[in-house]
Amino acid sequence: MSAPATKSPAALPEELAAPERTGRRGSALVHRLFVVRELGILAALVLLVLVTVVANPRFLSGQNVRDLLLSAAILTVLAAGQTMVIVTRNVDLSVGSVLGLSAYATGTLLVVAPGTPVVVAVLAGTAVGAVCGLVNGLVVAAAGVPSLVVTLGTLYAFRGLDSLWASSADRLQINAADLPAGFKALGGARLLGVPVLFLVAVAVVLLVGWYLRTFRSGRELYGIGSAPEAARLSGIPVGRRVLTAFVVNGALAGLAGVLYAARFQTLDTTAGTGQELFVVAAAVVGGVAIFGGSGSVYGAALGALLLTTIGTALPQLGLDPFWRDAAVGALILAAIALDRALQLRLAARLRGRNARRDR
Amino acid sequence: MTVDTAPAPAPAAAPARRERTLPAGSVITTFLVLFLVVAAFSVEGFASTRNAGFLLLDVVVIALIALPLTLIVVTGEIDLSVASTVGLCSAVMGQLWVAGLPLEAIVPLVLVLGGVLGAVNGFLVTRLGLPSLAVTIGTLALYRGLAFVVLGDQAVADFPRAWTTWAISSIGSTGIPTVVVPLLVLIAVTAVVLHATPIGRSLYAMGNSEDAARFSGIDVARTKLWLFVVTGVVSALGGVYWTLRYGSARADNATGLELQVIAAILLGGVSIFGGSGGLLGVIAGALLLGSVRNALQLVNVPSDVLNIVTGVLLITAVVAPQVAARVRGRRRRAPA
Repeated sequence: MSAPATKSPAALPEELAAPERTGRRGSALVHRLFVVRELGILAALVLLVLVTVVANPRFLSGQNVRDLLLSAAILTVLAAGQTMVIVTRNVDLSVGSVLGLSAYATGTLLVVAPGTPVVVAVLAGTAVGAVCGLVNGLVVAAAGVPSLVVTLGTLYAFRGLDSLWASSADRLQINAADLPAGFKALGGARLLGVPVLFLVAVAVVLLVGWYLRTFRSGRELYGIGSAPEAARLSGIPVGRRVLTAFVVNGALAGLAGVLYAARFQTLDTTAGTGQELFVVAAAVVGGVAIFGGSGSVYGAALGALLLTTIGTALPQLGLDPFWRDAAVGALILAAIALDRALQLRLAARLRGRNARRDR
Repeated sequence: MTVDTAPAPAPAAAPARRERTLPAGSVITTFLVLFLVVAAFSVEGFASTRNAGFLLLDVVVIALIALPLTLIVVTGEIDLSVASTVGLCSAVMGQLWVAGLPLEAIVPLVLVLGGVLGAVNGFLVTRLGLPSLAVTIGTLALYRGLAFVVLGDQAVADFPRAWTTWAISSIGSTGIPTVVVPLLVLIAVTAVVLHATPIGRSLYAMGNSEDAARFSGIDVARTKLWLFVVTGVVSALGGVYWTLRYGSARADNATGLELQVIAAILLGGVSIFGGSGGLLGVIAGALLLGSVRNALQLVNVPSDVLNIVTGVLLITAVVAPQVAARVRGRRRRAPA
């Protein structure tokens, strides 16, 4: 029996799915609403930038924008991976620790073998992340334990592993002077004036977005998040898909670790601490439903960009940088309240449409 | 895919099986006792009154906040903002002290603030119908941010000596911290509410099936709202104690503590999906985490490495029962 492929461009929680007769028009409506949701974040971002530029015209100076994009790159890569996991109604809280472990591993590799080509270093860091993701995914998928609990455990465990490694190797901190010049050049490298690290993040977002939208296994991730039991009954290999999502997310967190190492070039075992909350926040602000089944990686990327911009814009607006966390928190609450309102409205509209047709 | 369509004997056999299962938390309690015995004999200095005092002082705030949070988790919700509430209350306490208010006035004000912060969570969850996980990630950032807005990166440390020494004092020469006494009272009250009152039973009902609970006449929204308020007040109490115990009000007080509290609760056998678990296990879980960390510190394991132990303990605690259940074939297919 073949699984019914999801036809609508944006998957929905099951209670919102329109009956088949109105499926096409209903899904067009749904699609429009999701586009509106993403345009909304974009509008908020543009507004924030405009207001900041009016207050301080130098905000859009070349160096400032480049710094902003560099900072956003790391969070964006993490948010892209996290989206894949959240869409399946799971969550990965260990990404901050994975980032730290991978950054430290990459740094150690480059210190021990300074001749390592940059590509190999990038792949090594990504592989470390993928292994961490595999551990998470195996425990979640095989033992059937909630991902929130598992990744809370590995948040501690991976961070502890990082510390254990650093203290037993007697190399608690890796400094810029220890790293080979070729790798350090990556941090400042530009292509047509745009930081290469940011281009990497854009490539990741486009790839993940393309996968989630086009591939059948990508669509199945949404199906799993909407209704895990229905997904299983329709023949989707739920365990394998969830495992894949965790491995990809781990690999991307590993890649983010390499980006972190290239950008900051000073590594200790606290790298990435607390990032998990900003990553989940970026996804939620970007319209990814925390209980799975809907949201896009583009939204999550815009969320990451918005959160990063807030951090740099506040001082320019003359506000204390201490306001940043408060602003981020308020933004999360506003975003989920907005999502709820849109969801209710959408449900009402779909119901109304069906009622008219049935008459 | 084979679907077993003949589970006929299961319902009849289920009650008999259930009677044989151990009460919630007994596994972790046994584990705690075993660990304490082993550590007492093998770790030098572990079984001293001085060390027991340190151990308990470190567990107090975690156990305190775990009490109301256990009730929230039992109903199937979560509150990740507790540590930020501690931080904000600590910052406000510091700022009010600088403004010249006496502590006798500050403490009630801070507790009211905690109640308001909890009510905000509860309102968003129960009245607007937003998922508590997302809401409290939001307020985690919001409350911590407000703590920094209130106090910046400065510390207020000139609290009266009488209060700060009381916070770390012990009962006579037993080494047991004085604060353990009020904590025990709160544990007893929470245990009675959860395990011996209709309210407690209704919390389990909500955790198992919110719809069924609502249909049987339980005011789910109001109960949950009040649970969030109580959690806020207790977290504020934790903030007051934290400030006095370390003699310092700072905006970043107790950062990351929410994860330790939740680790203790889950280690204690409370299901993250709600509907099962008990308070005994949670207290044992908090004590076990505290004692393992304490014992490892005594044998000079670097404190960062202790994270591995916390993580592995937590995962083992949730994976082990699943595996055991699977081995006994009680579950047909575990959800992925």
